[in-house]
Amino acid sequence: MIEELVVLLVIFVLALFVGFEVITKVPPTLHTPLMSGSNAISGIAIIGALIVTGRSDSTIGAIIGFIAVVMAMINVVGGFMVTGRMLSMFKRKPEESD
Amino acid sequence: MPAVAMLFYLLSSVLFILGLKRLGSPATAPSGNRLAALGMLLAIVTTLVYGEILSWGFIIAGVVVGSGIGAVLAKTVQMTAMPQMVALLNGFGGGASALVAAAEFLRGSAAGENILPNVSVSIQLSVIIGAVTFAGSIVAFGKLQGLVTSRAITYPLQKILNGALLLAVLVLAGWIVTGEARIDAFTAVVALALILGVLSVISIGGADMPVVISLLNSYSGLAAAMTGFVIGNHGLIIAGALVGASGIILTTIMCRAMNRSLANVLFGAFGAAAAGGGRIAGVAGAVGDRMVRQISLDDAAVMLAYAKRVIIVPGYGLAVAQAQHDVREMADLIERKGGVVKYAIHPVAGRMPGHMNVLLAEANIPYPKLKDMDEINPEFERADVSLVIGANDVVNPAARDQADSPLYGMPILDVDKSHHVIVLKRSMNPGFAGVDNDLFYNENTSMLFGDAKDTVGNIVQAIKEL
Repeated sequence: MIEELVVLLVIFVLALFVGFEVITKVPPTLHTPLMSGSNAISGIAIIGALIVTGRSDSTIGAIIGFIAVVMAMINVVGGFMVTGRMLSMFKRKPEESD
Repeated sequence: MPAVAMLFYLLSSVLFILGLKRLGSPATAPSGNRLAALGMLLAIVTTLVYGEILSWGFIIAGVVVGSGIGAVLAKTVQMTAMPQMVALLNGFGGGASALVAAAEFLRGSAAGENILPNVSVSIQLSVIIGAVTFAGSIVAFGKLQGLVTSRAITYPLQKILNGALLLAVLVLAGWIVTGEARIDAFTAVVALALILGVLSVISIGGADMPVVISLLNSYSGLAAAMTGFVIGNHGLIIAGALVGASGIILTTIMCRAMNRSLANVLFGAFGAAAAGGGRIAGVAGAVGDRMVRQISLDDAAVMLAYAKRVIIVPGYGLAVAQAQHDVREMADLIERKGGVVKYAIHPVAGRMPGHMNVLLAEANIPYPKLKDMDEINPEFERADVSLVIGANDVVNPAARDQADSPLYGMPILDVDKSHHVIVLKRSMNPGFAGVDNDLFYNENTSMLFGDAKDTVGNIVQAIKEL
């Protein structure tokens, strides 16, 4: 049991370091898309929401799960779509008028 | 969970990492976003297939409703409202994590199970971080949307009260973990964590929002990671940790851009109603005894039309007035007359990291024209006209020269070094920090009062009539 926890902890700490290393030197132009994109990834809570909703054995559990699924899906779909929308504005060829 | 499912989660984590990596450069960012979205789709499908799901009704309903709301929000939100949108989405992510943990807790305690201590700790952490993120993000949303005052709200013993609240939450949670899983104590933890989220954001003023939003972004990731500990899912832990790290990086960048520590932003109550009224000489009286020069619309139009080098300095005022399209039109006219227009972007201009970049991109202004502070500062000396639109504290020379100013030490745009400065402003009210701005009284500065959109629109007309 405690070994299991330690394994998860190892994964967590290593992933934190990967995060720090992957996202260095982001130009300010991309600060907002990076934030909203990573925000969409935090909607990964959807996995937990699906699992607890799927195995809920009480009405109250199912309702809590349902709300969690709704919130997480808003986060995921809204986050990725709005990031895509922003990035499509940035894409306009820079040589256009410079 | 079968090994194949875990491999799919691994693949989805790899897609997230590649996606984030690609989001770091303009050329690859769109594909990065698509990769990350693909990773999410994979994670969701894997969960639906291998998650031992017994009842589908609520899941299907939830996915449909949530996706629908998310899509409508993403399609309809104005670019000027992006900070609130990000805050709201953040809040939903944190809220979902807290609810997942709560559902696990209720299931365990209803079944009379003895929840294992390691899971129990994760549940408490997930609920606490998730609830603080949710409540804090909703308050941030309210402030940005103008539903709540954007000033820092302060009250006596604020830090002590918040500290005591945090301590109470942790003690209660610890008691649940070591003792029995009591629902009433758990409810109290949730309630106190929500209050803590509200109180800790309400005491932070509007211009510090870039820091708050990136920090809440980080929290929402950490909450998701804690949820991963609760249900023992690697995918959740990795994705949550990645978001947690990226949020911390942005938070650090924002703090550095203001030359303030995170603790100072969170607890300093910068920009409270009377922002140290006593300390700052003459906030109220300044206008009376010092002269500002005003410039007429026509004069401003002439000056801009015949300038060779123009630097536009956008701030939150431009976002509020939604003047970005008019600014682009004006810049086009100036360039048609032979001038060169650049934009000076301060890292904390606006209400979220990169706020000005998003706004100007919406108005089709090519991003190579947007210059970072370090890049543009040497160019102000050679600029014929600098046009400050709705920015204040980030161009205040006091940050450079006056050791007793609350802004002292913050890196600023050296607008005052240009040959001429035109400041577009609604009124003489001091900026967010409540500090008077010497720039406005300089000999080479002229003020043009009014709504940014109207004023720029009028300048455009005036230039056309030249």
